[in-house]
Amino acid sequence: MDLSTFSIQLLNGVQYGLLLFMLAAGLTLIFGIMGVVNLAHGSFYMLGAYLAYALIGAFGSLTLAVVVGGCMALLFGLLLERLLFRYFYQRDHLDQVLLTFGLIYIFEELRSILWGDDVHGVPIPELLSASIPLTDNLSYPVYRLFISGVCIALALALYGLISKTRLGMKIRAGAFNRDMAGALGINIKRIHALVFALGVALAATAGIIAAPVSSVYPNMGSQVLIMCFVVVVIGGIGSVRGALIAALLVGLVDTFGKVLLPQVSGMLVYMLMAAVLLWKPQGLFAQ
Amino acid sequence: MTSRRLILSHSAALIAASTGLLPPSSARAQAGKIRVGLMLPYTGTFTQLGIAIENGFRLAIAEQGGKLGGREIEYFKVDDESDPSKGIENANKLVLRDKVDVLIGTVHSGVQMGIQKVARDTGVLSLIPNAGARAATGALCAPNIFRTSFTNSQPTRPLGAIMVAKGHKRAVWITWKYAAGDEAFEGFKEGYEAAGGVIVRQLGLPFPNVEFQALLTEIAALKPDAVACFFSGGAAVKFIQDYAAAGLKGKIPLYGSGFLTEGVLDAVGAAGEGIVSTLHYADSLNTPRNKQFRLAYAKAYKMQPDVYGVQGYDTGLLLVHGANAVKGDFNNKAALYKSLESVTIDSPRGKWTMSKSHNPVQDIYVRVVENRENKVIGIAAKALADSGAGCKLV
Repeated sequence: MDLSTFSIQLLNGVQYGLLLFMLAAGLTLIFGIMGVVNLAHGSFYMLGAYLAYALIGAFGSLTLAVVVGGCMALLFGLLLERLLFRYFYQRDHLDQVLLTFGLIYIFEELRSILWGDDVHGVPIPELLSASIPLTDNLSYPVYRLFISGVCIALALALYGLISKTRLGMKIRAGAFNRDMAGALGINIKRIHALVFALGVALAATAGIIAAPVSSVYPNMGSQVLIMCFVVVVIGGIGSVRGALIAALLVGLVDTFGKVLLPQVSGMLVYMLMAAVLLWKPQGLFAQ
Repeated sequence: MTSRRLILSHSAALIAASTGLLPPSSARAQAGKIRVGLMLPYTGTFTQLGIAIENGFRLAIAEQGGKLGGREIEYFKVDDESDPSKGIENANKLVLRDKVDVLIGTVHSGVQMGIQKVARDTGVLSLIPNAGARAATGALCAPNIFRTSFTNSQPTRPLGAIMVAKGHKRAVWITWKYAAGDEAFEGFKEGYEAAGGVIVRQLGLPFPNVEFQALLTEIAALKPDAVACFFSGGAAVKFIQDYAAAGLKGKIPLYGSGFLTEGVLDAVGAAGEGIVSTLHYADSLNTPRNKQFRLAYAKAYKMQPDVYGVQGYDTGLLLVHGANAVKGDFNNKAALYKSLESVTIDSPRGKWTMSKSHNPVQDIYVRVVENRENKVIGIAAKALADSGAGCKLV
């Protein structure tokens, strides 16, 4: 592998890692702050992708699809939290797993009724459809760089929200000790509803933005869900910074594994997870 | 006391019924309905395929008068969910609980292995409308198991010769690393190397991973004459689009097993144009038989048929042929199997016969994607048979 190929592969790895981060961020937030194991997280990603398909078809604009779709996901998250998840915070993890596992089936069925079972392509916006030539026969799609840009912006925004704002302080307080935070006059219920909706919106937005490069198809959520859990476990449950580092790590290991060790590439990511767990059972950045 | 005895006798009858202690189906009226079991994916990724197969099957039966050897048909359906871990259990539901005379299924090769075991253990007539696992008509073949589709290596076997004929002698192969991908590769490798081609590199990614970017970078660095691949469904859409977005389209020609371009051409749009593939069918096949089939299917179901619909249709034709030969007496197994083995199916894909290991001996077409349609540009192989290596019937 010469230097130019190596650097392009590095770029591939980072780019895949950033996309994983956007997906895993919502999961780690919901998991870390409210202690809810949410297996339906992949379904929110899938719903986002199908929303992108429907909204871009209707408006012809990705920006509009992100804004409208993001808001719809936020509302949907609030509704779900109010009707279902609120009653599961104090319950056993097994109950939560059963609930969210059931939701996967419900969302898949809804998707089947609303949009059918076909594979659909989502057009890349005209403005971002170009490719940048890197070597004599390889170009890099601008849209992939755009995805990375959005992911970085989102990472910064999340970091700012959690560590620099008053709301973030309340969220952290609630995660640390919900009873004490409640006693100090913080409306924990509202905070939880907000965080949950934010997590849903993050996953759906990731789905919307990834749709033009991933295409939309049934069951697309279940594939990313496993990777998300790997990222969350490696990074340390509840840590957004950990999720970012872990996602980049997974992206790089997956990319270089496919090229350098194709025989075991399917296992490498899980071997990485096992190694991290042996070294730090709580994950890299456990709180 | 009476009521307790009543309950006891009732529950005894229930248990007898549920555990199959009633007289076996052979003892029940010969003139009764033929019990046809459909074990297909009705949910999940392969839903469309399951529906297309059932549609095709029912169309064939309806065209032949809606009966099998003069007997009415009763259908039993099980959704196999494309879940291999439930394969045996689901096949047993149809064979032991519903006592079907014939089991039709399925799409997923892993699930097929479950059906294969049940069919071999119980001897029930089993027709495979899609799953291409080599073992089903190879090492695990059986007198009562017939396939109407293909083996995984059949469509890719003649691909290599076409590539070499176009001067593409150094190729990279890429696929998912799972049974169907491996078998497709074996077919490709045999044909390509026999024609004088060299496989520069064999790339793969774990099923069902679709993050192709790293491998596309690798392809660009290797600079082969051409790329050959095996993908299908959602992954095919993404691979074709990523291939074009990486700037490889137009520089390194893309070839594939025909499943690459089945049912995805509208989704991939311009990125799909020019892809050459080989398969045992093409929608655009310009024969009166195919046109008649397509019209009948479109009228019946208000949608266009695909290769899976054709395979289901041929399964129907095969079953009707067998049932007529034994006049509906499915217990006359020797005569039934003999008629199925000697059949010539007048299929929309062209006439085909049954190999000794019970797999179609069929023409493989070369197709090129033009205006979002697979256009037939020739026959890659005439009457191509799978060797059925390892099958005791051969």
